[in-house]
Amino acid sequence: MSDVVEKTLTALPSLLSLDSQPGSAKLSTNSKLGNLIRGITELTSKHEEEKLIQRELLSIKEQVSSPNTTMRQMKELMVRTIYCEMLGYQASFSYIHAIKLAQQGNVLEKRVGYLAVSLFLDESHELLLLLVNTVLKDLQSTNLIEVCMALTVVSQMFPKDMIPAILPLVEEKLSHSKEIIRRKAVLALYKFYLIAPNQVQHIHNKFRKALCDKDPGVMSASLHIYLQLIQENPEGYKDLTVSFVTILKQVVAGKLPMDFNYHCVPAPWLQIHLLRILSLLGKNDQSTSEIMYEILDESLRRAEMNHNITYAILYECVKCIYTIHPKSDLLEKAAKCIGNFVLSSRINLKYLGLKALTYVVQQDPKLVLQHQMTIIECLDHPDLIIKRETLELLFRITNAQNVTVIVEKMLDFLRVSKDDHTTIDLVGKVAELAEKYATDNEWFIETMNTVFSVGGDMMQPDIPNSFLKLLLDGFDSVEEDRKLRLFAVNSYISLLQGEPSRLPQRFLQVISWVLGEYSHLNGDLEPDVVLRLLAKLLDMKSSSSETKSWVLMAMTKLCSGGAALSVAREVSETYGSSMDTMLRQRAQELQHLSQDSQLQTRVLPQSSSQEAVEVDSSLSFLDWFVSEALAAGAAPYKPPHQRQEEMSRSKALSLEPYGLSLPISMSSCSVADRQSPTLLSMSSGLSGDSTELSHKGSSTTLKLDGVKRVWGREGYLAQREPEEEAAQVETPAPLQSPSQQGDKDSSHSQAPTPTQTPESEQEKQQLASSLFVGLASQSSASLMGKSEQTSQRFRRKARSPDKSLSSSEQLTNPLGSPSSGADNLLLDCSISSELVSAPEQTHLQSLDLTAANSACDAPDGDTKGRKTLSRDDSVSAADVTPHEDPDRPKDLRLASYLPAELSGLSGLPHSEITLVCSNQSLDLSACHVQKDDSLEFVVFIKNSSDTSVHQVQVQVSCEELEVSCVCDSPAEELKSHSVTVCQYRLTVKRPSVYFELAGVVHYQLPAGSLQTEQFSHKLPLKSFIRPLAVSTEDYGTMWLAFSHDTKQNLPLLSDEQEPLTATLNVLKKKLQLHVVEIIGKEGIVACCLRPDQPCLLHCREHAGMLAVWLRSPVPDLPDCLLYHCQRALRER
Amino acid sequence: MIKAILIFNNHGKPRLSKFYEHYNEDTEQQIIRETFHLVSKRDENVCNFLEGGMLIGGSDYKLIYRHYATLYFVFCVDSSESELGILDLIQVFVETLDKCFENVCELDLIFHVDKVHHILAEMVMGGMVLETNMNEIITQVDAQNKMEKSETFIFQSTRQDR
Repeated sequence: MSDVVEKTLTALPSLLSLDSQPGSAKLSTNSKLGNLIRGITELTSKHEEEKLIQRELLSIKEQVSSPNTTMRQMKELMVRTIYCEMLGYQASFSYIHAIKLAQQGNVLEKRVGYLAVSLFLDESHELLLLLVNTVLKDLQSTNLIEVCMALTVVSQMFPKDMIPAILPLVEEKLSHSKEIIRRKAVLALYKFYLIAPNQVQHIHNKFRKALCDKDPGVMSASLHIYLQLIQENPEGYKDLTVSFVTILKQVVAGKLPMDFNYHCVPAPWLQIHLLRILSLLGKNDQSTSEIMYEILDESLRRAEMNHNITYAILYECVKCIYTIHPKSDLLEKAAKCIGNFVLSSRINLKYLGLKALTYVVQQDPKLVLQHQMTIIECLDHPDLIIKRETLELLFRITNAQNVTVIVEKMLDFLRVSKDDHTTIDLVGKVAELAEKYATDNEWFIETMNTVFSVGGDMMQPDIPNSFLKLLLDGFDSVEEDRKLRLFAVNSYISLLQGEPSRLPQRFLQVISWVLGEYSHLNGDLEPDVVLRLLAKLLDMKSSSSETKSWVLMAMTKLCSGGAALSVAREVSETYGSSMDTMLRQRAQELQHLSQDSQLQTRVLPQSSSQEAVEVDSSLSFLDWFVSEALAAGAAPYKPPHQRQEEMSRSKALSLEPYGLSLPISMSSCSVADRQSPTLLSMSSGLSGDSTELSHKGSSTTLKLDGVKRVWGREGYLAQREPEEEAAQVETPAPLQSPSQQGDKDSSHSQAPTPTQTPESEQEKQQLASSLFVGLASQSSASLMGKSEQTSQRFRRKARSPDKSLSSSEQLTNPLGSPSSGADNLLLDCSISSELVSAPEQTHLQSLDLTAANSACDAPDGDTKGRKTLSRDDSVSAADVTPHEDPDRPKDLRLASYLPAELSGLSGLPHSEITLVCSNQSLDLSACHVQKDDSLEFVVFIKNSSDTSVHQVQVQVSCEELEVSCVCDSPAEELKSHSVTVCQYRLTVKRPSVYFELAGVVHYQLPAGSLQTEQFSHKLPLKSFIRPLAVSTEDYGTMWLAFSHDTKQNLPLLSDEQEPLTATLNVLKKKLQLHVVEIIGKEGIVACCLRPDQPCLLHCREHAGMLAVWLRSPVPDLPDCLLYHCQRALRER
Repeated sequence: MIKAILIFNNHGKPRLSKFYEHYNEDTEQQIIRETFHLVSKRDENVCNFLEGGMLIGGSDYKLIYRHYATLYFVFCVDSSESELGILDLIQVFVETLDKCFENVCELDLIFHVDKVHHILAEMVMGGMVLETNMNEIITQVDAQNKMEKSETFIFQSTRQDR
């Protein structure tokens, strides 16, 4: 009795303090967790909370590590730790105890232990290995709850390498008698499939069994797997279509137990899953689609209940109907459904309706016309998400006639939106539309101004790049170009006269470039006025040093004579002593050029910015320097990112602080030219395309796009039309003219909003006609793909591959990286190569930087596309060139000692046998034999003395090579004048131009003295090169995946009839490269060191030279291979 | 796939966070903060879907949320999930909590974080929807809770059950 009273008394205070909260009575108030939580709620500042939690964690730490703590207490401690971790305080000391709890506790404690583990650790955490045994034990437990817990934790996170250990046990559970276990096992296997697809390949049959399980729960779990499998390979599962349709039929007809009903709807989630699967199966497949028409119709009909979940099913149905091969009466019903969604007063349904419209607009623009008034209402909807979705829809229907209105709506939205992600996305879309459909110069420039000011510094760097490029390239008419540029200049001048401090950095950079380049177009504008405006930017606190260097470059172009000079002098004096080396250099240049007008006119020919300037983007004029340095033993050039990578890998001194001051901001460097590498290869040595590819290339579909672009016909990216979809489109019913349509619809939409005043209604109709103009007249297929039926104002100049020196391409260089601070002045100012050779060290530095390729995170070598080596190839082209002095003594008879598998009979030629070392007792010779997958290095040891030697041992090593011994010198005793042979297998660890093998031979003379002799042998990289037979398609895929690249111009055998073919043949013969394909003036070539060390070459005939671009997943390989290509062509 | 399930109150205090994809500790906290920031700004009469922020993975990810009294329930999912389906799943989750805690309130979630996690584990497993039937979920959780009430007794009886 007294017990009860006491408990009540202790509970009282908390009841009083918390009584406003229902349910508080049942909380255990004197638990430690309770105390902690109460403590936290009483706190007022984040800082206090931090202190309290740290104290709490300390006390937990003390208790968990005390040996007296029972598992029961441990469980309580874990719950507290979970709470602290949830608040964001790390408690890594407790992880091991969580694992212990899962290992040793009883069922309940174990449950908390597993929970803590799954919340604290991730699949790569090393402690997880300690859990594997526990999981194994629990999977075999007779207690179902333990098995369930083990399966749950396994599906949350499990180390990939340990899957084989538990896989059989999980598999076994697929035939467990309890459905809950079977179901969890299916999901666990699905998880395994996601992380390691190869390991569960053999159980695909069991998945089928799960699909046919008598329990609907297990069956529905297996749909997760099938959804994934079918997404990856729809062809492989067409035979299951009938089964899925039958299942759906049964579900829809209510054949499942009542348990599966949700708000009287039979198994809605299951239906959603099935519909998704069906749409994947029926896509582009008429016969499969026909199987499902009936059930889709049935689903649409049945789903009439007015509940959220039925709408979810309907939405899935509609999407499915529009995805599979079309059937007109179903489409009609689906369209009606979409109408219901869009017109619904429920906002969630409206959102989905808009999404559905966006999805179907490519096939059925008529539908958009029907709902135009609703769409316009959605544009003014208070919910930003609805607005955003509407804009997405409008973006898809934009054409030259409605672009102004749509872009304006988008910009309106941008001005209110605060979300970074949305802003970035939308800004890109506006820029795309503006460029594509611009109606006139003023509008274009003004729109872009807004884009730059709103998008700020968050937007994708290629937007300013492509804008500047557009200005630079110009269009077909010179007069138009001039007008556009002039307008831009005037508009920027007035912006600068306003409040430039508000403009984002990127915009300021664009402005200064344009002013520098084109302000002379405005005759009324004195250079010193522009200079003063620019100087104002320099003085602004908010300007970044990157912007300042753009400004200084612009000033360099402008300072000529008169008042301009004094401004220039002032500025260069201020910045000539800047701490920023980049700025200092710019200031120096400004100073020198402003003083020497002769030099300036030569370097910056003002009027001729349109003329072609020969820029050797591959810097081939430095080839001699590079090859000399390489020959003298210098390490091949490595781009900075690679160097840093290596540094960090070797755990050497951190380069961080230096890395930061590197003037090129590698990551933001992107190339202006978004076309194929074909164009890039000549257009830019600054090429940042690998950056671009790396973020685009993350999905496989995009990679395929890239492939098409490289080797297909030339074409603007967006013009590619999904042909299947176009083919799918039903011929649209004859449309009414937009205005008629508008009238009809307005009367229709007036019904729900009768309070509207006629004026606003009229306004909306006007908006409608301006928004949806041109929609009806276009063929439905062209809408989505935006194929250019309407005239495009800013059509880029046609590029014919032969006009390789046209100004547009040459001048892409200055724009190569407008976003980077180290934007190359040399190129930017259109300087001819004279200045480059001027002995200014700074210039050389910046050159060096330009040669650097931008950082790139492209995934490492994709090995899928590779084919096995062709044996014949490698044999016929085996490298037998001597590389030792010819006057060294040779011993041809040694050849007979070659190991059988390498001797002449095997068909593998060996290189010349050369003497590597000789003394009074031993002669050592060596040769190598090329095999398909390796290089065999053979050492012949000949006893030249008259007495036998003993214990002959040879050791060969090389830092860059992996040396494995095939057969070591077996001789205990080497008799006089006899020969023994050691064979080593060499594979490349790290590419190098030459490999220096260092060898040591130990032997014992009869006198008993131990002798040591050292020798060395040099192998060129080309002995390791093997042809890589790939298809053009695989080549394309691999190309995009490789990260290390280098570019160079090589001499072309121009005296031949077909110089490219002839040159490639020489390379093929001398270096055993595989010529994949030659298309016109381009050729692609592939080779590898080992199958996992491929290197791809992209060769292009260009201005009498062979522009070669090499890529490989292996660092240094492109550089080393390039060296050998150079040698091969020179020695010919 | 469900990427994360978050519950926080009107002031942004996390009440439950479960990530089905690994993020590091700081990112997780940032995601919670950012999600709260996004969700709390929204009025009552707007749609329940949001595009994921930058941290969570951009436009391919959606935040689907419901607001009950003092708590926000947010599911972060990828494009393979049905929006309305998840919305109802949240409803099922909350109804289940309500049944298990008899009139659930924020304090229940605070004091019984572990229980909430156990209930969730019966609904969503490794990011996949495991069970959508409330009664079934409750049966499973009850089977475990029974053990809690009389541990030793259950220990034997569960063995006999099977």
